[in-house]
Amino acid sequence: MIPELGHFALILALLLALTQSILPLAGAARNAPAWMAVARPAAQAQFLFVAIAFGCLAYSFLVNDFSVLNVAQHSFSRLPPIYRFTATWGSHEGSLLLWTFILALWTLAVTLFSRHLPDDMVARVIGVMGLVSCGFLLFMLTTSNPFIRLLPAALDGSDLNPMLQDPGMVVHPPILYMGYVGFSIAFAFAIAALISGKLDASWARWSRPWTTAAWVFMTLGIMMGSWWAYYELGWGGWWFWDPTENASLMPWLVGTALIHSLAVTEKRGSFKAWTVFLAIAAFSLSLLGTFLVRSGVLSSVHSFATDPARGLFILGFLAVVIGGSLLLFAFRASQVGLGGRFALVSRESFLMANNILLLTATASVLLGTLYPLFLDALGLGKISVGAPYFNAVFVPLVTPLLFLIGIGPLARWKQANVPELARRLKWGFAASVVVALLLPLTLGAWKPMVSLGYLLALWIVITVAIGVQARLRTGAGWSANFYGMHLAHFGVAVTVIGITMVSAYETERNVRMNEGDTATLQGYTFLFKGTKNLDGPNYKAARGTLEVSRDGKPVTILYPEKRTYSASGMPFTESAIDYGLTRDLYAALGEPLDGGAWSVRLFHKPFVVWIWIGAVLMALGGLLAITDRRYRIASRKKGTEA
Amino acid sequence: MKRFLIPLAIFLVLVGFLGVGLRLDPHEVPSPLIGKLAPDFNLPLLSDASRHFSPAEMRGKVWLLNVWASWCTSCRQEHETLLELARRGVVPIYGMDYKDQPADAQGVLNQAGNPYVETVMDIDGRVGINFGVYGVPETYVIDKSGMIRYKLTGPLTPENLEGKILPLLKELQK
Amino acid sequence: MRKWLLIFVLWLPLVAVAGEAKPLAQDPVLEQRMISLSEDLRCLVCQNESLAGSRADLAQDLRQEIREQMRAGKSDEEVIAYLTQRYGDFVLYKPPVKPLTWLLWFGPFALLIGAIGGLYAYIKRRGNRLADESLSEEEKKRVATLLGSNGNES
Repeated sequence: MIPELGHFALILALLLALTQSILPLAGAARNAPAWMAVARPAAQAQFLFVAIAFGCLAYSFLVNDFSVLNVAQHSFSRLPPIYRFTATWGSHEGSLLLWTFILALWTLAVTLFSRHLPDDMVARVIGVMGLVSCGFLLFMLTTSNPFIRLLPAALDGSDLNPMLQDPGMVVHPPILYMGYVGFSIAFAFAIAALISGKLDASWARWSRPWTTAAWVFMTLGIMMGSWWAYYELGWGGWWFWDPTENASLMPWLVGTALIHSLAVTEKRGSFKAWTVFLAIAAFSLSLLGTFLVRSGVLSSVHSFATDPARGLFILGFLAVVIGGSLLLFAFRASQVGLGGRFALVSRESFLMANNILLLTATASVLLGTLYPLFLDALGLGKISVGAPYFNAVFVPLVTPLLFLIGIGPLARWKQANVPELARRLKWGFAASVVVALLLPLTLGAWKPMVSLGYLLALWIVITVAIGVQARLRTGAGWSANFYGMHLAHFGVAVTVIGITMVSAYETERNVRMNEGDTATLQGYTFLFKGTKNLDGPNYKAARGTLEVSRDGKPVTILYPEKRTYSASGMPFTESAIDYGLTRDLYAALGEPLDGGAWSVRLFHKPFVVWIWIGAVLMALGGLLAITDRRYRIASRKKGTEA
Repeated sequence: MKRFLIPLAIFLVLVGFLGVGLRLDPHEVPSPLIGKLAPDFNLPLLSDASRHFSPAEMRGKVWLLNVWASWCTSCRQEHETLLELARRGVVPIYGMDYKDQPADAQGVLNQAGNPYVETVMDIDGRVGINFGVYGVPETYVIDKSGMIRYKLTGPLTPENLEGKILPLLKELQK
Repeated sequence: MRKWLLIFVLWLPLVAVAGEAKPLAQDPVLEQRMISLSEDLRCLVCQNESLAGSRADLAQDLRQEIREQMRAGKSDEEVIAYLTQRYGDFVLYKPPVKPLTWLLWFGPFALLIGAIGGLYAYIKRRGNRLADESLSEEEKKRVATLLGSNGNES
């Protein structure tokens, strides 16, 4: 009953999404207020039914209804309840339903927080989002129905992939999807602007908070994915340039370019056509990511089980949505107007350089990810493009970008005062260079990349301090936008330090340990106390105990495990980590060896958590910026007028 | 303005590639040995460990080398097709038992039938590495001069037999 | 001081009885070299893992093969050639630089230079266009008069 209810709810949601798109878009074109007014209620009703569908699927998982094929394939009766819930989105079909639910959620938010916008704009924005909803609902109903029954019902499920049985699964996909899907709002605003021909500074002011919000979620989502891979995959890597990771990085890079470009459009009215293009590009990359992961054209750890029919549908959907938007862009962009004038050296041109670097970085990631496909499609053989390529190309592109973080915020709009900039920055630059060159020497070997990392991080921190100090001196008062920007930039510096330190100075030991053996690493002594067998809810494990001490003083006890999951028989390594601000101690059990010994991998990873702390600071900076008064004045004004 | 059409043009090219990509298999690794001499080896036979077999013995003849193992479930899928091919007598098929135990291999052949003229044992997998084996089953078409002309990764099916292999064999046997 | 000495003395028997764990590898230096090389090689079975990290049978065999070749004195290039002769370029995570991959390796930088050049030209051209569109002297005088007359109101 419940699954059928969910299925029916999806059908109703599709009908509502169609209503939500066709009537308001036509209404805006014909200036028919009644039709435009359909947008909000239709969107809210669509949300209700998508929520019901999502609830039905989650319910089926929670009560172990193995007569639903999706539940039988991706769950297990002895799976802990929280993972039974997250298994709702642990499959292709379920994750699509999550996508659709989050899209409906964002649309709901737009209906509630758009009172101050002109009616035709609201109608178009909600209408465009409705079209995207239609696409996803249609996709689910035709090729990827999560509610298909399995009759006769399975006695038990095939279990959720052990790697997904983890708290990370609870938060990473929803938050990441909030980001992916959130860019659809900027996209909808861009399309609305192109259709109506109205593109001015107020358009930028309206779309900016939504874009920044999506960016915040994307930042957190990627950060969580990186952290999750770190503790889950057993060798402590935090970024692999896997196609799915790249699929999330690309919209993030373009999203970053977009929020910077929007700043210029809002302040100076410039870059309008470019900003619109970026908004289309960011969401297009989100959709492209959806395609790459589900179509089977690329091989990835994240890929869902594939089916050519699904791949074809998404490709067609991509072609229509992105192709249509780019076509609209080609015809309407020239009418959008130019905006203010600016000099060759000005904050505008620095931001433009920022955009160029970010977009080139995005292009390099896209090129690297798809190049094997290009060559194979042309019959030119098969190659692999992995971390060595991406690191070699990405790092040199990002370096000047990081350097610009120091200069851009201090440059004047329209015409930068170069002598003044040089005067303010020269001591900061000199200090950064000196410290960057000397610091690695205190840590041991001098490595040029380490100095570069320090230079950039210190440069950013010093210039943030200069900017903040200058403002405090003028007594200009609180500005959420200003401090949010500097906080986010500061977060970038923290991440850079984390990456620099862990890449250059992490150490590892791969040892054979009998009970009572010790191994030392970076001054820490690891004493192996053997393993104990224990039973988990849906697995059996050998749990090792490692007592860690330093200079004779106990530091911590680590419990790495080797698990075998009952349903699938899959062996799995659960590493043990002692987190620390200046270093992580990471231990993983390898294989049992003869004589009761185990192979054990021990890692010392300095400053690795700074990578994720920096990302959280970036997200907080963005969040702070959204709270700025300028985004609330308009609604307050309207309120007082009414 | 014409430059605004550039993003659309680039996108359409991309869609074209992605469309073609849907029909490709990103996991398949093409062999660099096509058109090169089959790596030499001298492995013991499953039927009689004191006797050996080497590709040089097959000079002047077109033949198939089928890499398989008793622990490989996909190999069972192709077994019928192999038996059928052997029955037709089109081409001699030699098997290479990869990283397996002779007793297990013999068991499978006794139970399911033996399409091979002979089976050689590559117990440590070294010869397999020389051939670029990465996933059993794999089948190599070797011509009269000892060159590898075609490699099939995955089970032999009636489709790829009729479509690719039989026409190629006809060509080579002329 | 005495406290530390006591702790040290108490720990000593523990350390003396149990062994220092031996490295898993026979030759840690060679092992490190093998791992470094295999990190940039792709496992053909678990194709999303490196040859260094994969636990697949073939990966273990190939790692062993690499160890033996290195022990026999082969250079990194020779080991890579050995693998690409058998498995093709697919096994390399770092694509070789050859005409087929020039676009891959040099494309991004060519794009960057092109974009910077384009931006420079654009800013210059834009400045000129806006200069043309800005007010003529006549119009500027009119604006001044108009603003001047209304200047007393705010």
